[in-house]
Amino acid sequence: MATQPPQIDPRQLLEQMMLIRAYEEILIAGSVTGKIPGTCTSVGQEAAAVGVVNALTAADLILTNHRSAGHLLARGADPGRLLAEVMGRSDGYCKGKSGSLHISAKELGVVLTSTIVGAELSLAPGVALSQTMFGRPGIVVCFFGDGAACEGSFHESLNLAALWQLPILYVCENNQWQAFVHRREAMSREHVTDWAASYGIPARTVDGNDVVSVLAAAQAATAQVRESRRPCLLETWTYRSRGHFEPDDQSYVDSAEREAWLARDPIANCRDRLIADGRLDATEAAALVEKIASRIAVAQAFADASPFPAADELTRDVYA
Amino acid sequence: MPSLTLYDAVGEALGEEMRRNPGVLVFGEGVATKRHALVEEFGPLRVRNTPLSEGIIAGTAVGAAATGLRPVIDLLFAPFLCYAMDELVNSAGKLRYISGGQFAFPLVTLAMTGAGWGVGAQHNHNLEAWFVHSPGLKVVMPSNPADAKALLKTAIRDDNPVLFFLDIGLLYQPGEVPLGDQQLSLGLAAIAREGQDVTLVSYGKTVHHCLQAAHTLAEKGIAAEVIDLRSLKPLDEAAILASVTKTGRLIVVHEANRLCGVGAEIAALVAEYAFAALQAPIIRLGGPDAPVASSYPLEQAFVPQAETIAAAAQRLFSPHYA
Ligand SMILES: Cc1ncc(C[n+]2csc(CCOP(=O)(O)OP(=O)(O)O)c2C)c(N)n1
Ligand SMILES: [Mg+2]
Repeated sequence: MATQPPQIDPRQLLEQMMLIRAYEEILIAGSVTGKIPGTCTSVGQEAAAVGVVNALTAADLILTNHRSAGHLLARGADPGRLLAEVMGRSDGYCKGKSGSLHISAKELGVVLTSTIVGAELSLAPGVALSQTMFGRPGIVVCFFGDGAACEGSFHESLNLAALWQLPILYVCENNQWQAFVHRREAMSREHVTDWAASYGIPARTVDGNDVVSVLAAAQAATAQVRESRRPCLLETWTYRSRGHFEPDDQSYVDSAEREAWLARDPIANCRDRLIADGRLDATEAAALVEKIASRIAVAQAFADASPFPAADELTRDVYA
Repeated sequence: MPSLTLYDAVGEALGEEMRRNPGVLVFGEGVATKRHALVEEFGPLRVRNTPLSEGIIAGTAVGAAATGLRPVIDLLFAPFLCYAMDELVNSAGKLRYISGGQFAFPLVTLAMTGAGWGVGAQHNHNLEAWFVHSPGLKVVMPSNPADAKALLKTAIRDDNPVLFFLDIGLLYQPGEVPLGDQQLSLGLAAIAREGQDVTLVSYGKTVHHCLQAAHTLAEKGIAAEVIDLRSLKPLDEAAILASVTKTGRLIVVHEANRLCGVGAEIAALVAEYAFAALQAPIIRLGGPDAPVASSYPLEQAFVPQAETIAAAAQRLFSPHYA
């Protein structure tokens, strides 16, 4: 058996989730005024991102998609550089060339982010192959949505990873929506785990709105991938609280379903439980809010001060 | 005349053609959500949301088209066409020919592209030339709502697969659209402005940049003729050649990468068939050999703007050039 996973202070998880929320609230507000281009936010899905990323080691590599703010911030990304990227500024992680939809940050081990739905799934086996061939200890974690599981690349990726015994933890953030289509209208099965099972890949669904459960499930799954050097799949069952892309009036959303999920907000849940358990008091909770607000203010000032890329960036970085 | 956006003009064309022919159906990722009025009128069997699976969406359309239906598929953004290339290029484009003409593939594929939303290279990539290069496919890219509606209606009635590109930057700009059953043949360019000194050939949003440039040039005493191709295959070669024969000067302008773009074909066409008429070298203005950045100033710099076009036209009249 592997060593016990390190104990993580749940207040730290709460703080990370609050940072993600506060950061994305800036994006939402900015998209209303036109100051910031529209984005796909992960509001309501913070626990799914934070729980999984906190189960990783620094050697692990992450692939992600268009809804990546949670993964990046949980991994320690600087909100100022993220915001600069979203605003198309030169101090962004990708020099302003990505914008919000495909932010990679190699220094954080967040490699090959693509907004082509399913592309992360097609790339993960190759990244895991490198890890294996070079004998690197890190495993590969591939975040994707329930919609991506409908692309052929999901099925091809799982089959190959199982066949070649590649150390990949597939994490399906099942947020019930695939842009403007509900997953029920697009999937022949209820769960993505049903499909994983047919490839012989161990798969489990976890309550994606409970950060402690996600962390525990991710720790178990990463341990299994590390030991077996074979793929596993974790489905985080969660909900996209806001629209697909800001702004979005969500007129197509079933309000009863949405209300039920909003009542299970991952941040409020976590905070209330910590307070009820006596692990957080009202003063500490207020201090956390202050601390995050000031980090976000610093980030905003940093992004605002960052210049747009110089004209010669138009054709730089095309070829190696 | 009512004023409509290009997006709504597409909706009108779909509605009219679905009313006219019960074999017309529309499917894609979210079309039934976004074009709900069509669902209300035609029901969920003819207007369908699909899973996120461009390959099978296109493949299903090809199979359905060969056997009697007239599908219109919405593949959202042009780069997503890459997932459907086999179905569009190898199946839709070739199976008529390699079956010895036994089948026809009346299907329309909609895709958005171009600068305007800062969505970056995986949503904005003008790859229409790829499809011009592929046999068996027709390619259309309108520059205004009236043309979009009329061309889409014709495309739906065409017995061949048509790639129908929507310029993101024009999508929500209103324009006058005549009422009723207007159609427009594919392969018929429009003379958007008449002039006798230089021909500016373009399509999509850069038609408007050419018109702005023509305005500037007029103030400098240069009368530019602006040709809006509207359809890239079939290509209105006669209109291009006639104009260049008249003006003796040609600038081809498009947002797509210049390298092996539609402009290269047009330049070659004119060099082959109107060489004697040319009084100056042909100029091609297009995007650089680079993906499009999300950052607003870089996104705009990628696209040939009116000032660049006007400056290029003036160069053609400088003594060094003649
Ligand atoms: C190949 C491809 N098709 C369509 C899109 C447009 N699109 C972007 S995100 C999205 C929904 C993706 O759903 P899911 O995988 O469940 O992820 P979520 O957005 O819910 O996080 C769609 C349709 C795309 N980016 N790429
Ligand atoms: Mg989803």
